[in-house]
Amino acid sequence: MIADKPTPIISVLGVNKIYADGFQALKKINLEIKRGEIFALLGPNGAGKTTLINIICGIVKATSGTIIADGHDTVRDYRTVRAIIGLVPQELHTDSFESVWATIKFSRGLFGKAPNSAYLEKVLRDLSLWDKRDQKIMTLSGGMKRRVLIAKALAHEPTILFLDEPSAGVDVELRHDMWRMVRKLRAQGTTIILTTHYIEEAEDMADRIGIINKGELIIVEDKEVLMQKLGKKQLTLTLRQAMMNIPAELSAWPLVLSNDGLVLVYSFNAQEEESGIAALLSKLGEHDIEFKDLRTSESSLEDIFVSLVHQPMG
Amino acid sequence: MNIYGIRAIYRFEMARTFRTLWESIAAPVLTTSLYFIVFGKAIGSRMGDIDSISYGAFIIPGLIMLNLLNESISNASFGIYMPKWSGTIYELLSAPVSWVEVLIGYVGAAATKSVLLGLLILGTARIFVPYEIVHPFWMIAFLLLTAVTFSLFGFIIGLWADSFQKLQVIPMLVVTPLTFLGGAFYSINMLPPLWQKITLFNPVVYLISGFRWSFYGVADVHVAVSLGMTFGFLIICLAFVGWVFKTGYKIRS
Ligand SMILES: Nc1ncnc2c1ncn2[C@@H]1O[C@H](COP(=O)(O)OP(=O)(O)O)[C@@H](O)[C@H]1O
Ligand SMILES: [Mg+2]
Repeated sequence: MIADKPTPIISVLGVNKIYADGFQALKKINLEIKRGEIFALLGPNGAGKTTLINIICGIVKATSGTIIADGHDTVRDYRTVRAIIGLVPQELHTDSFESVWATIKFSRGLFGKAPNSAYLEKVLRDLSLWDKRDQKIMTLSGGMKRRVLIAKALAHEPTILFLDEPSAGVDVELRHDMWRMVRKLRAQGTTIILTTHYIEEAEDMADRIGIINKGELIIVEDKEVLMQKLGKKQLTLTLRQAMMNIPAELSAWPLVLSNDGLVLVYSFNAQEEESGIAALLSKLGEHDIEFKDLRTSESSLEDIFVSLVHQPMG
Repeated sequence: MNIYGIRAIYRFEMARTFRTLWESIAAPVLTTSLYFIVFGKAIGSRMGDIDSISYGAFIIPGLIMLNLLNESISNASFGIYMPKWSGTIYELLSAPVSWVEVLIGYVGAAATKSVLLGLLILGTARIFVPYEIVHPFWMIAFLLLTAVTFSLFGFIIGLWADSFQKLQVIPMLVVTPLTFLGGAFYSINMLPPLWQKITLFNPVVYLISGFRWSFYGVADVHVAVSLGMTFGFLIICLAFVGWVFKTGYKIRS
């Protein structure tokens, strides 16, 4: 028995999804979400992120496989499970004619919680919606509607929160508010699973990252480990004098020379202890190759993502 | 049982009515008033009594039934169709509510509204014609039973419909003709013999006949048959809804 491995708050076990039209949106997904973490699910459009989230939340039925949330089967014990899950959907689905206050009261009741105006007031204040509480939802801007959906998802005090592309079409201010709130929720012990188009955001926010493509989960890693393991570092040297070709003595290093012969780039794995930079530089000195500038850079999560998925985010 | 959940749905649906309170009340009250003026006063005064009931009084139960059926179906079908159409159904699907609870919320609200409306029409009728209710208990029983049954029927239509047209096609092409031909404005004894037989295939005949019996103690078909038929339809609707929920038909992909 492994004593100190905490039980995950969500376990996705061999989940497949084949839609009615025969399209397989998820292929044997296995995933564990740790209690209290912020987990970012990254993937290009159509990768299956929404499908996976919707299956966990009960909106879509899995074709096969099981999901355990907080120790309960999400299908058999749906009541227990759904009571602790909140979902902010990708699309702005709202009841146009309802007031903000009415709609979040509705959400709280629907999820089986006794009325608690003080708590709901706090949620609205945190989301800067309190002034708008009596407004009909249809009079609000897209960003405000997104806030309303977040308020609805939080109305029943969930311990697991799903945010499906929360920053899509949202202004900078709301994005900041939202991430501040997400951090606050995590500090209170809420587990947060989000999908996002903005990789910098995942880089910023997430504890762990899962990358999904064409219905397959390619990798799940701690963010730092992922960046280390797959990240590349580069040393870029701007030379004083153009070089026709790379001298044979330097063949030990995988160097790339720019077309004009003025820029020399050395790439190496980020996790390597011995980068070989020192040796390279002294070798350059021996051959009187002078450089006027030296720069190192690390590949971003985006670079890693693109290299894994072979297509840009969209 | 998620009581808070049922209450939330019920209140949400009632709030929808109260937002459009004026239309919800004015339209049916106005139309029935017109019916009473035209059929009760203008034409009715030239008509003989039916089963020794004045024509104006005779049409009251039928008119109430007509409104009850229409309102129950449209309220309940619209109630569940709207979230499907606007996408807000995601919340219902991800909430810890069973389908029985969802049903109680929607059907309960739709039935409440149509019963209130039925009573309102009953009150309006009083302005035009004197009447009395011989079996008030059975009158209420028929009112409730019909409201619940047809709200359930409306709920099914709302689940099935995937466009506003489909939402209206069954009420318009099936229910309205059946109610008009269901003996709201005449006794089926007034029909030619063959049609008296054919008309018995119309379920609305039993509703109106039973309901009219609760008012005046006279009926086209025996009241027990009416009651049995109404229950029968209720059970068919319940069974169908049960099947829909079991299979997730048209709800969960
Ligand atoms: N109801 C559906 N029927 C058939 N195919 C669907 C349905 N919903 C989604 N899909 C398909 O499944 C794939 C995954 O979709 P989705 O989970 O929304 O991806 P993501 O959220 O990662 O963009 C897409 O190719 C999409 O077209
Ligand atoms: Mg999506």
